[in-house]
Amino acid sequence: MDNIRRVLSVIVTNEDGVLSRISGLFAGRGYNIDSLTVAPVPNTDFSRLTIVTNGSKRVLEQIVKQLHKLIPTYKVIESEEFVEKEMALVKIPLHENFNGLDAMLKAYNGTIASSGENFIVIMVVDDAKRIDNFLKAIKKYNPADMVRGGSVALDV
Amino acid sequence: MELNGSQMVVEALAKENVSVVFGYPGGAIMNVYDEVYKQNHFKHILVKHEQAAIHAADGYARSSGKVGVAFVTSGPGFTNAITGLATAYMDSIPMVVISGQVPITMIGTDAFQEIDAVGISRPCVKHNYLVKDVKDLPRILKEAFYIASSGRPGPVHVDIPKDVTAQVGEFFYPDTITMKTYKPTYKGNVRQIKKAVEAIANAKRPVLYIGGGAINSNASESVREFAEITGIPAVETLMARGVMGDDNPLLLGMLGMHGCYSANMAMSEADLMIAFGPRFDDRVTGKLSEFAKHAKIIHIDIDPSSIGKIVEIDYPIVGDLKNVVEGMIPLAKEKIDSTKYKSWRDLLNRYSEIHPLKYEDSDTILKPQWVIERVGEILDDKAIISTDVGQHQMWTAQFYPFSFPRQFITSGGLGTMGFGLPAAMGVKKACPDKISINFTGDGSILMNVQELMTAVEYDIPVVNIILNNKYLGMVRQWQTFFYDKRYASTDIEVQPDFVKLVESFGGVGFNVKTKDEFDKALKAAIDSNVVAFINVEIDRLENVLPMVPSGGTLYNMMLEYKE
Repeated sequence: MDNIRRVLSVIVTNEDGVLSRISGLFAGRGYNIDSLTVAPVPNTDFSRLTIVTNGSKRVLEQIVKQLHKLIPTYKVIESEEFVEKEMALVKIPLHENFNGLDAMLKAYNGTIASSGENFIVIMVVDDAKRIDNFLKAIKKYNPADMVRGGSVALDV
Repeated sequence: MELNGSQMVVEALAKENVSVVFGYPGGAIMNVYDEVYKQNHFKHILVKHEQAAIHAADGYARSSGKVGVAFVTSGPGFTNAITGLATAYMDSIPMVVISGQVPITMIGTDAFQEIDAVGISRPCVKHNYLVKDVKDLPRILKEAFYIASSGRPGPVHVDIPKDVTAQVGEFFYPDTITMKTYKPTYKGNVRQIKKAVEAIANAKRPVLYIGGGAINSNASESVREFAEITGIPAVETLMARGVMGDDNPLLLGMLGMHGCYSANMAMSEADLMIAFGPRFDDRVTGKLSEFAKHAKIIHIDIDPSSIGKIVEIDYPIVGDLKNVVEGMIPLAKEKIDSTKYKSWRDLLNRYSEIHPLKYEDSDTILKPQWVIERVGEILDDKAIISTDVGQHQMWTAQFYPFSFPRQFITSGGLGTMGFGLPAAMGVKKACPDKISINFTGDGSILMNVQELMTAVEYDIPVVNIILNNKYLGMVRQWQTFFYDKRYASTDIEVQPDFVKLVESFGGVGFNVKTKDEFDKALKAAIDSNVVAFINVEIDRLENVLPMVPSGGTLYNMMLEYKE
């Protein structure tokens, strides 16, 4: 069976150990985590996890059911339609030739987040696929370091 | 009411009507034990090893349907308890296990007897808690009992740091609670139930596939009624033995790896499977692609994740089995003509006649199957039967005439050797009017043999029938069939003197080689009213048959073994 990519938004009680319950569930049952982000939902006692996973149809169905089964899980949103964005930060030495960088930043919704003595740090927010492309394209400026944040998503 | 954490534990157990706790004290849980000493709400039974405390609470829960409770201390006390928790989790047994933990101020410092208990127990329990503040303790204890006993039951672990057991806080213990994030579904979807009954009415060869859920949901009576109204033949899993009652003409027997021929053929030839709370275990299904491949499937389970986990389900119904079956019964009365399946039943009965469960009795050596049948003849429904794990467990499932639910207490999912004796102690505490029998093997019994001391100390007269073949028999059987008789580490001819062993603890023991000796020993063991060993020398090379070899198909059983 072909692997399908799936974005899940999981609302859980914001309590000790809840992240280990979820990561443990994935590890113990052999499910994949492509990315995982977590932060409290403002003004509630819940947290929202955004999990990007992949698997066969049956595995994905089990993942959703197993997540539901965890006692602190309030809701699992598995809408097919999400606005999904990922963020990346890239550190580029100032001595690089920045020719064309401006145009690239425009194309990927990027900005210069910080500019120091030796480096600039650029930030992009875009779809996960386009972040992949951006990180490939940015290589020509010989980045000193880069980090991507994992997807956050809202169902629409 | 202001109480300290330890008093809260005692009060909560009193409110939950807990009558017995199995446990073992230690540094981190001493404050709790100090309060246990002062109270008289429940009896505490001091086991000799923490694993046995959990199995005893498990046996208590399985035989009574109530929540079993155990106390252990931190560190090794808790790690010893893990096998017990995993055993109960695999079989969905309601239990609350309370462990001591090092004080909050010391957590994370690798303190004496510190272990990340909730980290270890997480995959072995339905839910767990590390109590960080005494003000949360009453709520957590209430939730623990609620979660353990509701929905699909399971063990819940509460880890309480020592300083929390001394802190004082307000104790308020509500009678009922609701949880925002945990709401099991009890009522089945009415439309789905209707569709399922229609599917049954249209089927030609339906079969009831009954699992452990029928026991957990106390659905036995409803299931029997449904079978009777519809005339649909039934098969039981290991965990469901006793649901239909073995004298029920609609029951074909147990299915699966060591199930009977007719039960496995019923699954293989059915055009509709009605799954009442089983979980399609690999020991039941055999090769999945060939499992019940002509059948549409109705699956009723309270755990949505159980449905569709192993096989595709055509008619899923999430709900409490008893509730759903009671909803099906009036529709079935209306729509289903029980005479319709007569030829199907006749066919299956013919299968039962052609290949019944059988063994070849002998005049020179006792056969384990005879021993089990004999106990069944003598004790029948007067006994509750526990087992350990191995050949004796399968023979017991095959040959004991189970007549009511919760009569058969066995570790199905995890297959835990050493379960039997402590579980049978829990059974006796829950059901003092029944005789508590533990069928065990010469391998299994040594895995928790120290509990003979507990049984003597607390007057818990468990009769252990050791079916002794001087082998780790089930592994030996596989070695015979699949490993060219290379008996790697399964010959255990070097043995203790079992009679002296049990006598040294203060129990009674009997060595048995003949039928006469067995009858006398069983009577003497029961009359002695202390824990007993009946060490039965059985045919060393007897095999559990029939058998579906691992990965084989249900319709292609090994019916006999020929050299």
